Amino acid sequence: MSNAIVQLEHVTQRFAWRGKAVQAVNDVSLSIAEGEIVCLVGESGCGKTTTGKIVAGLLKPTEGRVVFEGKDVWAMSPEEFKHYRRAVQIVHQDPYSSLNPVRTIYKTLSAPLLRHGFARDNREALAKIRELLEIVGLTPPAEFINKYPHQLSGGQRQRVSVARALTVNPRFIVADEAVSMVDVSIRLSLLNMLTGLKEQMGVTFLFITHDLALAKYFVWEGRIGVMYLGQLVEISPTPDLIEHPSHQYTQALLSAIPEADPNLTRNKERIKLRSLDVPSLLNLPAGCTFHPRCPSYKEGLCDRVAPAPLEVTKEHFAVCHLATQSRAVQAGTM
Amino acid sequence: MPREREQLTKSCEILSVEDLWVEYRSPRGTVKAVRGVSFDLHKEETLALIGESGSGKTTLGMALIRMTPKSGSVPRGRIIYRRDGEMYDVLGLDKEALRKFHWQECAMVFQSSLNAFNPVLRIWDHFHDTARAHGRVSQQALRERAMHLFKLVQLDPERVIDAFPHELSGGMRQRVLLALGLLLDPQILLLDEPTTALDILTQRTVIDLLRRLREELGFSLIFVSHDLSLAAELANRVATMYAGKIVELGDVHDIFYRPRHPYTLGLIKAVPTVTGAFRELASIPGSPPDLVDLPSGCKFQERCPFADERCRKEEPELEGMGANHSVACFKWRQVSLEKEAAHA
Amino acid sequence: MRDIATFIKLMARNRVGFVGLIVLILLLLMTFVGPYFVPLDTQTKIDEIYQPPSTKHILGTDHQGRDIFSQIVNGGGELLYVAFLTALLSTFIAVTLGSLTGFLGGKLDSMVMWFTDIWLTLPRFPILLVLAGFVKLNAPFVLALLLAALAWPGLTRAVRSQVLSLKQRDYVEAALSLALGTRHIVFAEILPNMMNYIAICFTLAMTQAIYDQVGLVMLGLVPFASNNWGVMINLAWVRGAIFYKDSLWYILSPIAVIVLFQLALVSLTRSLEEVFNPRLRTGH
Repeated sequence: MSNAIVQLEHVTQRFAWRGKAVQAVNDVSLSIAEGEIVCLVGESGCGKTTTGKIVAGLLKPTEGRVVFEGKDVWAMSPEEFKHYRRAVQIVHQDPYSSLNPVRTIYKTLSAPLLRHGFARDNREALAKIRELLEIVGLTPPAEFINKYPHQLSGGQRQRVSVARALTVNPRFIVADEAVSMVDVSIRLSLLNMLTGLKEQMGVTFLFITHDLALAKYFVWEGRIGVMYLGQLVEISPTPDLIEHPSHQYTQALLSAIPEADPNLTRNKERIKLRSLDVPSLLNLPAGCTFHPRCPSYKEGLCDRVAPAPLEVTKEHFAVCHLATQSRAVQAGTM
Repeated sequence: MPREREQLTKSCEILSVEDLWVEYRSPRGTVKAVRGVSFDLHKEETLALIGESGSGKTTLGMALIRMTPKSGSVPRGRIIYRRDGEMYDVLGLDKEALRKFHWQECAMVFQSSLNAFNPVLRIWDHFHDTARAHGRVSQQALRERAMHLFKLVQLDPERVIDAFPHELSGGMRQRVLLALGLLLDPQILLLDEPTTALDILTQRTVIDLLRRLREELGFSLIFVSHDLSLAAELANRVATMYAGKIVELGDVHDIFYRPRHPYTLGLIKAVPTVTGAFRELASIPGSPPDLVDLPSGCKFQERCPFADERCRKEEPELEGMGANHSVACFKWRQVSLEKEAAHA
Repeated sequence: MRDIATFIKLMARNRVGFVGLIVLILLLLMTFVGPYFVPLDTQTKIDEIYQPPSTKHILGTDHQGRDIFSQIVNGGGELLYVAFLTALLSTFIAVTLGSLTGFLGGKLDSMVMWFTDIWLTLPRFPILLVLAGFVKLNAPFVLALLLAALAWPGLTRAVRSQVLSLKQRDYVEAALSLALGTRHIVFAEILPNMMNYIAICFTLAMTQAIYDQVGLVMLGLVPFASNNWGVMINLAWVRGAIFYKDSLWYILSPIAVIVLFQLALVSLTRSLEEVFNPRLRTGH
């Protein structure tokens, strides 16, 4: 994609764990266009958070390139790298650890403003902070400026985290489970605030979540990528992914998710997995990593050969041998 | 509810909570965590207690089995438990009777399945200790019973029974806890956030398992959760909690398709579905009230689009309306009109 | 003024800590203001040897008939001064080194940790004894420097492990992402979160320094330049004070005051946590 703001090219991340190598992210390639909104979903340990950190420049991948505006991030000059770091901000999951407990909201927000010259003195910083608090919906700002994080609710803290990310005029925000620890009734207004940022300020989003329902709502006009054991196994525009999931894992996920609608959830078609156990990252299965659990795996193929990404329909990729068979025809006619 | 009907249903109620209050001392004042809750649990039904953080749902769950922490107290209320024609107040049990009650009548399975185990004891030791504490000591019979339960919860008995807790995955531990809870054949199983820490595919297994076990073994299930979809999936009846009170109680279909309380309606409108049609969602404005310093009148009134003068002054009580559906709201007629309008 | 009021209010939240604070203040007043009112009794009075406590001699008299209370009042100044100086120096080294190595990691970290490990395996008091034989320990500062040199490795390790844990917090990652710089992250984000920990390290370093000094003086390895609690114990010991019933006050008084001081310091740490916690500071 020519107007890509961030690209991951064959990114792999390994960690040492008790003398063994854990492959947290395995050959992930992803290109995110300016103004786009992409969501990574997957279960815990699938590598989605690590991928988010790699995108934000907080982790250097073991292999592969991270490209920001056409430049390899880890080959940048210190000055360029700093610029990139600031342009890509991250909003964390836990509202109780994302703000420094001993610093007031004013201190938290003024530090980046003053440091990077977005405000020349405290007066300018204060004006700017008021503006930011309004944007994230903490009104009236005066009520929040001198508070400590523990004096705010979880939802309000997450809003401060977003305001902090906005201090440096980012072009890209990685939202790592940013709303999953917030109560249901408040979650939505937070999401709507984030959507507003995208529309008003043109911020590009990488939204990371384990909640497919939330992903569907938030990125209906974007793309969803499904991760399993460190691999990006399927990525597609949201409506197509939800309606025509191609990877067996995505299908299993969609069929397994309980829905907040009794008739819908009780009449869902169930896909029965062959195994309930998730393989260890220390010892990944050969071939397709999902094959030990896959309900329709083909012996001799799935357990031997790792599948290659296949464009099932336009912009809809799946890394699955069976996707080739079930929808290859459609792909051919596109 | 008409009088005759009440007489009829009484026989199959195994637990009746009457005007239960739970309070905590805190440096800031008294936290009124549960305020006058009443409900019945029927034989072989699944009841979901749904609410957000601070709604009092977990406090209520703990109070049902007298596990309220030291800083808490139960100033008022009765918890009537029935079995084989006998009945007694759980709040009046002495220590020994309470211990018996905990496993033989009402077993609980907690949220964090790792912390529930002693890390240096094997799974078998946990079963053995529990059984011995209740007088069953025939090793052979116990082992057979444990093996049988493991099979029921879809675990490989040989592999699990001599394992240490850390050797099992989160989903497996959750299932072991379920088996342990069922060891003494309780009438009631109480679960606190049974699937919260689990992955989606594991969640699914636990849900299906719970449903099957309940049907096969015929116990009653109460679970506490913030997750609406779990209630939709598993419950026969749902109780919505807000600021320490049950604000709506009814059949799962009534709650989801014909909610009468604006808070229940708000929750349902705020939660998206995956495979359902894409629809616009709406959030509930504001945030839950401070349990130390509660506002006057209805506790939801500040966030409620229907609130009027009366709601600000008077707190509505839970009142029955038609079969098995009750709500604590003065404006429930308007709420149901709104819901129908949204459908049309 | 308001800060002092809040400070006292917070200290008062923990009863043990508050009692510690009061005892500490009283002892400090006695040690640093007391000498102006109770001059050191240096005159030998043959007829008043080993007197039990009385209105004239609150704690009795020693082997030369001198007032013990006056010796206690006058015997703490230098000891506490050196202890304070030692704690200051070692905490400063520990915080600087511990936070830098903890935060930056890498080669510097491995090297410093390797060094502290070796340092920690050396038996501390015997080394002190040997060093005391070489270095003339009559200047308080030199003594403090020596004690601090032995105290810092343990503290550095403690500080480093705290930094390692705080480094994992999301707000530190956010600060990295905002390119706020290492200095800001260490001094504005991480260290303020461990002020209570540092304060506790400080007080514990002080108690250790007091014991080290008393031990050195008692063994006679530091010249008796002035009167101090350690010297008192040494003299009482040498004069066989433990063998006579009447002289018990002589040896027990300095021991008691040292123990009291240490107890006050240690219990004070209980309250320090509350003082540095913003959740409690703002009273919500």
